[in-house]
Amino acid sequence: MEYEPVIGMEVHVEISTKSKVFCGCANEFDAPPNTHVCPICLGMPGVLPMLNRAMVEASIAVGLALDCTISRWSKMDRKNYFYPDQSKNYQISQYDLPLCHDGHLDIEVGGETRRIRIRRAHMEEDTARNVHTLGSGESGVDFNRCGVPLLEIVTEPDLHSAEEAHAYLTALKQILEYLDVSDCNMEEGSLRAEPNISIRPKGSEELGTKSEVKNIASFSGVQKAIEFEIRRHKKILDEGGAVQQETRGWDADKGLTIGQRLKESAHDYRYFPEPDLVPIVVDQAWEDTIRETLPELPLPRRARIREAYALSEFDAGVITATKPMADFYEATLSAGAPPKQAANWLMGDFQALLSDSKTEIQENKISPEQLAEMIALIEDATISGKIAKDLLAEMFDTGKDPKALVEEKGLVQISDAGELEAMIREVMESHPGPVADFRSGKHKAKGFLVGQVMKLTKGKGNPQLVNKILDEELEKT
Amino acid sequence: MARITLEDVEYVAGLAQLTLDDQAKQRLLKEMGEILAYVDKLNELDTDGIEPMMHVLDISNVFREDVVTGSLDRDAALRNAPKTDGEYFLVPRILDTE
Repeated sequence: MEYEPVIGMEVHVEISTKSKVFCGCANEFDAPPNTHVCPICLGMPGVLPMLNRAMVEASIAVGLALDCTISRWSKMDRKNYFYPDQSKNYQISQYDLPLCHDGHLDIEVGGETRRIRIRRAHMEEDTARNVHTLGSGESGVDFNRCGVPLLEIVTEPDLHSAEEAHAYLTALKQILEYLDVSDCNMEEGSLRAEPNISIRPKGSEELGTKSEVKNIASFSGVQKAIEFEIRRHKKILDEGGAVQQETRGWDADKGLTIGQRLKESAHDYRYFPEPDLVPIVVDQAWEDTIRETLPELPLPRRARIREAYALSEFDAGVITATKPMADFYEATLSAGAPPKQAANWLMGDFQALLSDSKTEIQENKISPEQLAEMIALIEDATISGKIAKDLLAEMFDTGKDPKALVEEKGLVQISDAGELEAMIREVMESHPGPVADFRSGKHKAKGFLVGQVMKLTKGKGNPQLVNKILDEELEKT
Repeated sequence: MARITLEDVEYVAGLAQLTLDDQAKQRLLKEMGEILAYVDKLNELDTDGIEPMMHVLDISNVFREDVVTGSLDRDAALRNAPKTDGEYFLVPRILDTE
């Protein structure tokens, strides 16, 4: 039978505030265990949590970027369960009145745009980290992560393939990065994606039984886990079985999901309003203030950059993949660089230098003004494009101005016709064979001669001029 | 009035990780039944046109600013732990996926 997969996505994203969500401990990854803890995040009796305003504002910003309705009135709730990832035996979360709800995110898959509905985005606290490798046979609990602000973003089951799920996560991460609210580092756990998957006979409206997959550390892992689950469900249904509703763990090494032991009554969390925290009221004025601080988002920025600078769809996509990249590009243009050339350098050699050295563009030594200056040196024929490649690498290493480096290294292009003419004659005299070949109609021989001239000029010959003079000299018999 | 059964009592006790003997179960069956009966009485009131109260406190938007105010020394944090190795709180091994 032909089946249609139905996939929903839950994403937990750690918001990069300075302090935790309910206390003044630092929100910092990788600190020594239990060094960013206090009576509040340790869940000591009698303490009072207080909500971090920056968390509320970041969450509203995300909600607005996802076209959500922001709740005028919302509250925090207690989610009750026993597990050693928190000490209070409840997690402070939001239940029936999430801060943001009913939004959407447009994604592009196979050239088509699809709208994925966002059911809700709610605030909660992250839990403690459990360590199982202590050697003592016991598990360790590190509360540094407990109380880190967490935003849970839940879609409607609108995704229909692993590829769409991947596209959704990519688009969501891009927005979160544009908003600068999270590191979005899956390996460090600041972004965690948990897909739920079911399949149904094609054309059916009824939803099948779903399984949820956890412990996935990369977007490609999400894609593989979904593909695995679709195959697993198909096999069960084709053999006349029934899929069990359960949570499964992804084993990246083996490439499969494993059923997690069902915690008895794990899903009866007995939510009730958190009496220690007061309701959150977001009036229109507050919402508007936050809306005004939103940056231009990826999709509109891509469209604008594509049209304003006459770039291809592909180039505009690469340029706007990250906000720092798009900011750098537009700053380079503001400094006078022509759009197409700036895009080419940014996407080509510059990107290669960044990738090879694992450097973020915002941390690199070359400024947009310097890149624009380098492009100007090519445009006014001071240096050749070939020299510029070496120059860019030099700038990347030293952070020096291109003009200064050109002088320092003597990279100025030879555009003196007389000087080039002398060198070209020299080459022609020492290579009579190819010259004769050319004159007898083997025009390919010219390439060799150009190469020899460039070698003689140490790559500094003005290419157009070299070609022109060489042509003239070869015409003379 | 038979709003609550012995199974309900056992279920709720299970969620709270409580082990109850038969006598305690019978007592809770009676007491919880009385509480529910009291709530039933409240249900007799006509609440048409009255906005539901979502929270007991009539104030809102009490926030703290996003400032790091410091943490406990680790030794102090771990002082009351039933078991620790000096870095972590130690708990019986969690076997979640095996």
